[in-house]
Amino acid sequence: MSEHEYQPKSKVGKWFNDRLPLLSLASHLTDYPTPKNLNYWWTFGGILTFCLVTQIITGIVLAMHYVAHADLAFSSVEHIMRDVNYGWLIRYIHSNGASMFFLAVYIHIFRSLFYGSYKSPREVIWIIGILIYLLMMAAAFMGYVLPWGQMSFWGATVITNLFSAIPLVGESITTWLWGAYSVDNPTLNRFFSLHYLIPFLILGLVVLHIWALHVPGNNNPVGIDIKKPSKDTVPFHPYITIKDLFALLMFMIIFSGFVFFAPNVLGHSDNYIPANPMVTPAHIVPEWYLLPFYAILRSVPDKLGGVILMFSAIFILLILPWLDTSKVRSSVFRPIYRQFFWILVIDVLLLGYMGAMPAEGIYLLLTRVGTIYYFLHFLVVLPVVGYLEKTDPLPVSISDPIMTGGANISLAKKNDKSI
Amino acid sequence: MIKVFNIFFKTLIFSFLLSVKTFSAEAIDPIRVDWSFKGLTGKFDRSSLQRGFQVYKEVCSSCHSMKYLSYRNLGEPGGPEFSEKEVKAIAASFEVTDGPDSQGEMFLRPGRPADKFVNPYPNNQAAMAANGGAYPPDMSVLVKARKGGADYIYSVLLGYVEKPAGMILDDGVYYNKYMAGNKIKMPKVLSDGLVDYADGTNSTEEQMARDVTTFLSWAAEPELEERHRTGVKVMIYLILLTILVYLSMKRLWSRIDTEV
Repeated sequence: MSEHEYQPKSKVGKWFNDRLPLLSLASHLTDYPTPKNLNYWWTFGGILTFCLVTQIITGIVLAMHYVAHADLAFSSVEHIMRDVNYGWLIRYIHSNGASMFFLAVYIHIFRSLFYGSYKSPREVIWIIGILIYLLMMAAAFMGYVLPWGQMSFWGATVITNLFSAIPLVGESITTWLWGAYSVDNPTLNRFFSLHYLIPFLILGLVVLHIWALHVPGNNNPVGIDIKKPSKDTVPFHPYITIKDLFALLMFMIIFSGFVFFAPNVLGHSDNYIPANPMVTPAHIVPEWYLLPFYAILRSVPDKLGGVILMFSAIFILLILPWLDTSKVRSSVFRPIYRQFFWILVIDVLLLGYMGAMPAEGIYLLLTRVGTIYYFLHFLVVLPVVGYLEKTDPLPVSISDPIMTGGANISLAKKNDKSI
Repeated sequence: MIKVFNIFFKTLIFSFLLSVKTFSAEAIDPIRVDWSFKGLTGKFDRSSLQRGFQVYKEVCSSCHSMKYLSYRNLGEPGGPEFSEKEVKAIAASFEVTDGPDSQGEMFLRPGRPADKFVNPYPNNQAAMAANGGAYPPDMSVLVKARKGGADYIYSVLLGYVEKPAGMILDDGVYYNKYMAGNKIKMPKVLSDGLVDYADGTNSTEEQMARDVTTFLSWAAEPELEERHRTGVKVMIYLILLTILVYLSMKRLWSRIDTEV
């Protein structure tokens, strides 16, 4: 790339750049050759960066007013809502921002699944991405505990109790996590500390994620390797920056809709009741973005089995690049996999819905079917379809409508648009 | 192959719809009220807020605390907007425990606008002892803390009907149509003419329920009016900016042979 050729024009710039090549880095980032056919599903990387920065900034301000103590946490949140200037705005941005963050990350992950962005040579980008997702879940869970409402308290109780399923040492580990013999003030204190730490870990991983991306360059909707730079690429700035900005603004309109007109619709009303260890809520449910995994957890009658299955559901994603045996990246050219992709989307949505329902009767049955299918998709469907599927012919390049097998490009384009 | 998927798909969707239907049949829907504070530009009805405060002060506050509110809030914009003089008079009508003084003694003094709403009971245990073991919940964020919000609170206030034949209720437990489980430890408190409204409004049961619910909604979300106002401005700004950015993007990308 352009690092080697880049020379700052000014003397001072050259002096500085020779010692710390920040200007070369800036030049690399602006010139970075990006496939010109990226569609709007590719704008979520930028949107996610915005989400992370927003959460960090609003979070730092909230931490200036929040008190991490079991007796004071709830009232300090009310103090933020009532007495801190624009405290309500900052808090609603932060709480709805978590939901928006997950909405964007799910779209980002499913985009990767559809266009095969996790495949060689991008496995490391994918693995770092899954680690970011894992940390996001930890951060979100601990953040939800901080207001110390009923759902905070009981959600923390349910999730920390999962570790007690570990044979022999489970009980001790749970007590160690709590710092007490139940979820109590020490638990709240450490959750606050970790909730402040994790976003910066995520930030570090995001830098690695982007660094790893800039080695092979972006995948694209056609999924073929392209020459960079070439007539198939555009410089990142201004072409991709303005497109990302446009998508980000659309996203912000939806985000603001929640913040200003329905700030509590994504939360649970029970969390406005102060935590009470003596009263258990009728249904303990996590936030919507954790529901699919909660459903998987509850689908198994055995506690340890449920915990193992739930963590497997996430960790299985780490080996995804080696489970998918197809050499073709984009689903645009994979007629069979494409069907299974959409079934997986429906399956995860179904699991999410079931996670919010009581685990009994028809719900439990459907949850089990959904859980089995989730694992079948990764362990059976992906490897087998990769071998058996007859993929459509791929184009030679993005600009070149010639297909290696001679099928016509308009078909590929049509499919591409329908996504 | 495709056919198999189709069938699988339709079964999934069907069972999904079925489960949605069975679930929603469980709870009784609260009465839907056309609140003035609903919607994108919703505002509180000022006189209803003032009447609602009167109902709270004369009826609810003998059992329910409202500890996150201060008397000064009653005069702030977006709320009942009592005048400064009225707020001072309201605050002064309550006795606040202050101290310790220079002798180390706690003492009582008339309330000031900066004071928090006075609790009816010295502590939770006293509140429970006085109410048959049930703790009257703090009302500061009650509307946000109940599924169904203002509609639900309004419905419960008006939901005291004759219990179904054969149902046995313990002493101090009352039947309520809208309460989860239909059992409530709060007796029916509202009855026609209970409060003499300062503005002369006829104090029917529905009127009082409506006014006090409006007041509680404001107490839970004192920022609501400002939030709606700011929200509308933010939306207009974002939409205009989006249009400008869209046009710039189109112009920039016209140099490239790809659609955006």
